[in-house]
Amino acid sequence: MTSIEAHVLQPYKYGFVTDIESESVPPGLSEDVIRLISAKKGEPEWMLEWRLKAYRHWLTLKEPTWANVKYGPIDYQAISYYAAPKQRPKVESLDQVDPKLLETFEKLGIPIAEQKRLAGVAVDAVFDSVSVATTFRAELAKFGVIFCPISEAIREHPDLVRQYLGTVVPTNDNYFAALNSAVFTDGSFAFIPKGVRCPLELSTYFRINASSTGQFERTLIIAEEGSHVSYLEGCSAPTRDENQLHAAVVELVALDNAQIKYSTIQNWYPGDEEGKGGIYNFVTKRGACRGRNSKISWTQVETGSAITWKYPGCLLQGDGSIGEFYSVAVTNHRQQADTGTKMIHIGKNTKSTIVSKGISAGHGQNTYRGLVKIMKGAEGARNYSQCDSMLIGSECGAHTFPYIDVRNSSAIMEHEASTSKIGEDQIFYCKQRGLSAEDAVSMIVNGFCKEVFKELPMEFAVEAQNLLGISLEGSVG
Amino acid sequence: MTDQVLLEIKDLHASVEGKEILHGVSLQVRSGEVHAVMGPNGSGKSTLAQVLAGHPAYTVTGGSVRYDGKDLLELDPEERAREGVFLAFQYPVSIRGITNSYFLRSAVNAIRKHKGQPELDPLDFLQVLEDKLKAIGWDDSLMNRAVNEGFSGGEKKRNEILQLAVLEPRLAILDETDSGLDIDALKTVAEAVNQLRSPERSFVVVTHYQRLLNYIVPDYVHVLAEGRIVKSGGKELALTLEEKGYDWVRPEGAAVS
Repeated sequence: MTSIEAHVLQPYKYGFVTDIESESVPPGLSEDVIRLISAKKGEPEWMLEWRLKAYRHWLTLKEPTWANVKYGPIDYQAISYYAAPKQRPKVESLDQVDPKLLETFEKLGIPIAEQKRLAGVAVDAVFDSVSVATTFRAELAKFGVIFCPISEAIREHPDLVRQYLGTVVPTNDNYFAALNSAVFTDGSFAFIPKGVRCPLELSTYFRINASSTGQFERTLIIAEEGSHVSYLEGCSAPTRDENQLHAAVVELVALDNAQIKYSTIQNWYPGDEEGKGGIYNFVTKRGACRGRNSKISWTQVETGSAITWKYPGCLLQGDGSIGEFYSVAVTNHRQQADTGTKMIHIGKNTKSTIVSKGISAGHGQNTYRGLVKIMKGAEGARNYSQCDSMLIGSECGAHTFPYIDVRNSSAIMEHEASTSKIGEDQIFYCKQRGLSAEDAVSMIVNGFCKEVFKELPMEFAVEAQNLLGISLEGSVG
Repeated sequence: MTDQVLLEIKDLHASVEGKEILHGVSLQVRSGEVHAVMGPNGSGKSTLAQVLAGHPAYTVTGGSVRYDGKDLLELDPEERAREGVFLAFQYPVSIRGITNSYFLRSAVNAIRKHKGQPELDPLDFLQVLEDKLKAIGWDDSLMNRAVNEGFSGGEKKRNEILQLAVLEPRLAILDETDSGLDIDALKTVAEAVNQLRSPERSFVVVTHYQRLLNYIVPDYVHVLAEGRIVKSGGKELALTLEEKGYDWVRPEGAAVS
């Protein structure tokens, strides 16, 4: 099996650092720091109060230890909570954005300059603690769609933000959500008005650049009655020996008959082969299907981060609402992932589907943790769960913790699980037909993940497949 | 049949996990010939097939193998495949989520690329596939299923022969293709193999039983016992073996198992 393992050693492709002057607040967390962040963002008083309340609650909490991951203590006073490229001018047009920033995003495959921007995809580009550009805003506005940095939404659309912010993930939801609520800096805000089918894919790309910082992004997406939106997020960070914290909160709200499709391609720096460096990706994502027959679908391809702690879930409140979770999580080298979903069935005839694919290679540890809860009033609820694990090599691990809590006897639950191993025999079979080892692994892994990839927006499905190929390159020989 | 020697195995020694299984096998196969390699369980038949294909679990400890003028043992398994060496596996593996037709097209294109030919797009490939299926008289029912996933034993063996038909190797090694097949399936598979015989293609048919050779009639029969070829002859040798059993040809002093 050693020849199989010998293959995964492909360097991280997005590990460069942009040499740009930035201003950051000194490391440390206090009410003063929060006031400073709030002032830098030009926030109204209510927002500052909201943050401080979250912070005071956070001080009473203990960092959770139940996840199946191991890491040293995080010194929250050693993190800088705000970093931004210096002297960011009030840009009138995207072409006025600092060329170094444009270049950075272009290098990452996310061109944002007017003449180069991706067709059919509106992009909000977030660099450290600030959004540097958002494309296609005017075009979207014609349809009544608001797509902008959340810091701007707080200033420009305070009523909408106040109505929904923290209603899906309350500030006291958990340790990292409370921390995020206190110190979040930027992220995206999307509002799709009643009856509108968003004409473009919406996308946010998060880039960490500065060292010794954390990134605390906050995203809020609201889909009004009968509206549809597909949103995709991507991310990456430089190669560094230090661990950097990324603690995000994402909230989705779908009203009657609305549909939100939220896709993630997570490619934070995973650390080196020995497990040095890498992002701690501790994220709370939740969608509320508030309306009747509303639908929220999460699709995630998690290939990066030293540690992933993430359970995108759905609160199925509206009768007939639908929640979906499709996930591919890859852990290679010393990466650890504890990820899954929570499907909370509250309304009648609610349905949820969970398809989780975990791939472990090297010394990677991959845990699926999922909760399906059928509340008393959720008459006629249905859930289908499928958890598949694939092992590459003999030093890695796959773990599955499915929790099921059923309080209504009319529920129909299905759970399937499998574990398989890419072996020499599978590779040899492909080679004997003329395929290279790389093509063989890529084929076997892509076949394994097919049910998830087909859920991705077409523009990104190919990217995801390639990314997976890169992440596992070198794992098989 | 031509006189051109396609495969020349000389005094081949091979071991697995430190234990020598082949103790000096020699065999010469000319273009267009069909050679049957028979022998009792544990005689090294499958080892020979795997070694020729380059399975990494087997180590060649001595001897040589020339194929089409090249040192076969120097080539990686995928290079051997691209050069026209095909192994029909005794136990084909399955690949979830990948259709047979996608898998085969990838294989065809890997081989075409190696030969400097343009790759086939899905439509071109479909045409090639249809022609091949027609030639061996099979339908396309296996093509849109995932590779060997949930296939019956017979379907797996048929699938191996189908791949053989599409990949057009110069040397096809059939490793116990008859095992686990009922008589009807055996006939179907054998008829397809017979369709694929040609002056440019050689076969090494590894089998335990004579019955396959009623349908795929070999030019030569070799008996492998304890890692050596102990007897060679024409097709009638298979019948003698059927009648007398393998003890008849067992090397002197070997234990009867």
